[in-house]
Amino acid sequence: MGQYILKRLALVIPVLIGVTLFAFLLIHLIPGDPARIILGERATEAQLEQIRERLGLNDPLYIQYLNFLKRLAQGDLGRSAISNNPVTAELKKRYPATIELTLAAMLLAIIVGVPAGIISASKQYSLFDHISMVLALLGVSMPIFWLGLMLIWVGSLVLGIFPPSGRLGVEITLQSITNFHIIDSIITGNWVALKDALWHLVLPGLALGTIPMAIIARMTRSSMLEVLKQDYIRTARAKGVSQRLVIYKHALRNALIPVVTVVGLQFGLLLGGAVLTETIFSWPGVGRLIYDAIMARDFPVVQSTILVIATTFVFINLLVDITYAYLDPRIKYN
Amino acid sequence: MRRTSLVLTLVALLVISLAGTTMAAKKGGTLIFGRGGDSVGLDPANVTDGESFKVTRQIYDTLVQFKRENTEVIPGLAHSWDVSEDGKVWTFYLREGIKFHDGTPFNAEAVKFNFERWMYEDHPYHIGGDFAYWGYMFGGYPGIVDHVEAVDEYTFRVYLKEPLGPFLNNLAMPCFGIASPTAIKKYGEDFFKNPVGTSAFIFEEWVRDDKIVLRANHDYWGEGPYLDKLIFRSIPDNSARFIELQAGTIDIADGLNPDDVEFIKRDPNLKLYLRPSMNVGYLAMNQMKEPFDNVLVRRAINHAINKEAIVEAFYAGLAQPAKNPLPPSVWGYNDNIEPYEYNPAKAKELLKEAGYPNGFTADLWAMPVPRPYMPDGRKIAEAIQADLAVIGIKTNIVSFDWGTYLQKTEAGEHDMALLGWTGDNGDPDNFLYVLLDKDNAKVGSAGNIAFYKSDELHELLIKAQQSSDKEERTKLYMKAQEIIHQDAPWVPIAHSTPPIGAKAYIKDYIPHPTSAEKLNQVWLDK
Repeated sequence: MGQYILKRLALVIPVLIGVTLFAFLLIHLIPGDPARIILGERATEAQLEQIRERLGLNDPLYIQYLNFLKRLAQGDLGRSAISNNPVTAELKKRYPATIELTLAAMLLAIIVGVPAGIISASKQYSLFDHISMVLALLGVSMPIFWLGLMLIWVGSLVLGIFPPSGRLGVEITLQSITNFHIIDSIITGNWVALKDALWHLVLPGLALGTIPMAIIARMTRSSMLEVLKQDYIRTARAKGVSQRLVIYKHALRNALIPVVTVVGLQFGLLLGGAVLTETIFSWPGVGRLIYDAIMARDFPVVQSTILVIATTFVFINLLVDITYAYLDPRIKYN
Repeated sequence: MRRTSLVLTLVALLVISLAGTTMAAKKGGTLIFGRGGDSVGLDPANVTDGESFKVTRQIYDTLVQFKRENTEVIPGLAHSWDVSEDGKVWTFYLREGIKFHDGTPFNAEAVKFNFERWMYEDHPYHIGGDFAYWGYMFGGYPGIVDHVEAVDEYTFRVYLKEPLGPFLNNLAMPCFGIASPTAIKKYGEDFFKNPVGTSAFIFEEWVRDDKIVLRANHDYWGEGPYLDKLIFRSIPDNSARFIELQAGTIDIADGLNPDDVEFIKRDPNLKLYLRPSMNVGYLAMNQMKEPFDNVLVRRAINHAINKEAIVEAFYAGLAQPAKNPLPPSVWGYNDNIEPYEYNPAKAKELLKEAGYPNGFTADLWAMPVPRPYMPDGRKIAEAIQADLAVIGIKTNIVSFDWGTYLQKTEAGEHDMALLGWTGDNGDPDNFLYVLLDKDNAKVGSAGNIAFYKSDELHELLIKAQQSSDKEERTKLYMKAQEIIHQDAPWVPIAHSTPPIGAKAYIKDYIPHPTSAEKLNQVWLDK
C-alpha cells in the first residue's frame, strides 16, 4: 500500500509541471492585447506600455515562464493586475468559501444519491425506481442558472425561509480564523453565526448538489445492478443470506468503486467549476474569482487560480486512487 | 380683526401643508446597496472603475464637488477658491476644523501630500497602482501641474504650466479624494483596503465579492449622514439582485434587467429611478476613407438611421436618442441643435447630390462587448444595416475581439464603426476634445476615430481649454456643438439612462450622472 501511494505520488510531478505550462500558455492563446483590454477605451500609449512592463509582457515567452516558475517556487502567486491585491491572500479567503459550499453540495448529493441508487437497484422496475430515475434524469439535465433562480425565488421570496444569497447575513459578525464559517463559528462559540452560515448554505448547496446527486444515483444504481448479477451474489443468496445482508455487506462494497470515482471527479469539478452557482448566489468563492479575472484579463490571477484548482484536482484524483486500493486490495500499481 | 385672523389661519395652513411635503429627514437605520460587481480597490487615486468610486465617494471628500444632480462644480473641502489672471495659479481656501476618520487634522499640508503622491512618480508613496486617472486627466506625471504649495494651514495653491479649463471639474472627480497622509504612510501597499478620508462614512469592513460595510461619521462637516450604516453588497446576477430587492434583503439595486423595470413601476413598495446619462453611443464615419470625406454622405447617413427605433428596441427605451456628442447632464449641452430627423427620402436625395445615386458598399464595424452606452453592438449594427440598405448603402458587418477592435479603430482601419464614451469629469472638454478634436485624430492612437479634422473646431476647443471663465467656456462649447452638427462626423445614437430600483421608503436619493453619488443626505422613512 505504502509503495503504491509513493508511485502514484511520483506520477503527480510531471502532471503538475504540465499544469504550470498549461496555465501559463492558456492566457497567451486568448486573442487581443491584454494591456489594451485592461485599459479599454481610454488607453494612451504610455499607459499601455506601463501595464505591459508591469506584467512583464515585453519579455520573451520563455523568460516570462521561468519568472513565473521562480515566483511559484517561492510560494508567491503574484498580485492582481487590476487591483494589486496579492493572489495568495485572496485565495486563502476564497478557497474555504468554495470548499464549504462544495462539501455541503456533495453531502446532500451523497446522502440522497447513494441510498436512492441502492433502493432503485434492489427494487428494479418498481415505482420508486421509475420515479427516482426520472428525477435523476431531470437533475442531470437541469440548467443550474434556472434552478438557482427558482430556488431563490421560492426559498426566499415566496416562502421567506432562506436567505437569498451570500455566506452570512450582513448584520452578523464573525471572527475569521480559518475562513471556514462553520469551523470559525464553532471555535468562537458563535451559535448565531453558525445557524446563519448553515442557513445560507441550503439553497446554493441544493443548486450545486443537484447534478452530482443525480449522477451519483444513476451510477450507484447501474453499478449495483451489475454486481447483483455476479456469481458470488447468487451463491450468497443460495446460502440463504438475507436480502439486506446481500446488498449491504456483499454487494455494496464492490459496487461503490465506480461511485467513489464519480464522487471524486465531481468533487474536483465543483471545487473549480462552481462559477454559475457562485454567481447566482453571490458566493465569494474561487469560481467567481476566476470568472471575474478572465473577463478582466487579469493574467496573474487567472494563472495562479487555474494552477491551484488543477493541483487540487490532481490531489483529489490521487485520493480517489488510494481509496480504490483500500476498497479493493487487489488493485495494484503496475 | 376677523379678516386678519382668517389670513393668519390660511398662512398657518399653507405653512403646515408645505412642511408636510418636505418631510424632515429621520436619523438611523442601515441602507444596503446592491450592485453587480465589487470594488477593485478603495484607494481612489489608483482605481478607474465605477464600482470603486461608488464606495470611495462615501469615504473621501474632494476639494470641490459636483452638484447632486449634474456636473456643475460647487465647494467641497475648499469653501472657496480663486484663479490668477493668466489661469495658471489656483488658490483654494480650505474649511477649518475638519478631521480625518483616524483623528488626524485636515489641512493644506495634507492636501499637498495627496497631490504630491499623485503627481510625482518618485514620491515614496506613489505606490499601490498606476495612478492612471492622474496621468490621464493631467497629461502625465506631474503633467500639466508644475508644483503645489501649502501657503498656510488652510490655504493651498496649485501652479499649472498651462491654463486648464476643465481643472475644477477634474478636481471634483472621485479619484481625487483627499486621504489621510498618516493612513497612507501606515498602510503602504495595503492602503487600498484600509481607506481613511473625511467624508460622511467611515470604513469598517470589506469581504471581497460580498460586502463593504461603512458606518456613520458623526463629526461629518456637511449635512448628515442620516444613516447609521451603509452596506454595499455585490450580487452579480441581475435577476437574483432584483429578487433580493423584492424580498427586502437590499434597499437599492442598480443594473436591472430592462424587463424588471415594468415590475418596479407596478409595485407600490418600489420606486424607479433613471440615472442621468453621462455617456454617448455613436457611429463614427472615417473621413480618411471615401466616400465618408463627403459631408453630404455623412448627413445622408444621419437622416437614414432611425434612432428612436434603436433606442426602443435595444436600450428597452431606457435611453435618450442623441443629437449631440455631449449628454444633457453635462453643462454646456446645446439644446438648440435641431437633430437630423429620420427621413430616408431626404437621405436618398442627399446621396444623389453627393454623386452616389445608387449608393455604395462599405464595412460597418460592430462592437463585440456590451457597454452601458451600447448594450448590443451586433444587433444595433444590424438595425443600422437595414436602415442604410433602404437608401442603397450596402454594408458588411465586421467585428473583432474587444482588444483588437479598439486597436484597429484607433488605427483607422474601419469605414464606419460603432463605439461610445463614458465621461470622466463631467466637463464638455472630456467629450468634445477627446473624441472630436484634430489633435486626437492620430492614426494608431486616435480617440477621434472619425478622423474628423476641423481647424475651426480646434480653435474653439483650445480656447475653451485655456479659459477658466465658465461662462465664456459655455459659449465656446455651444458653438462647437453647432460646428460638429454641421460637419456630422458621427451619427450620435443614444445616451443611456440606466434604471435603478429602490424601496419606496428610501428618501432624498438622487442618482448622479457619474454613477457615484454621495449618500450623506439619504434617509429611511420607516
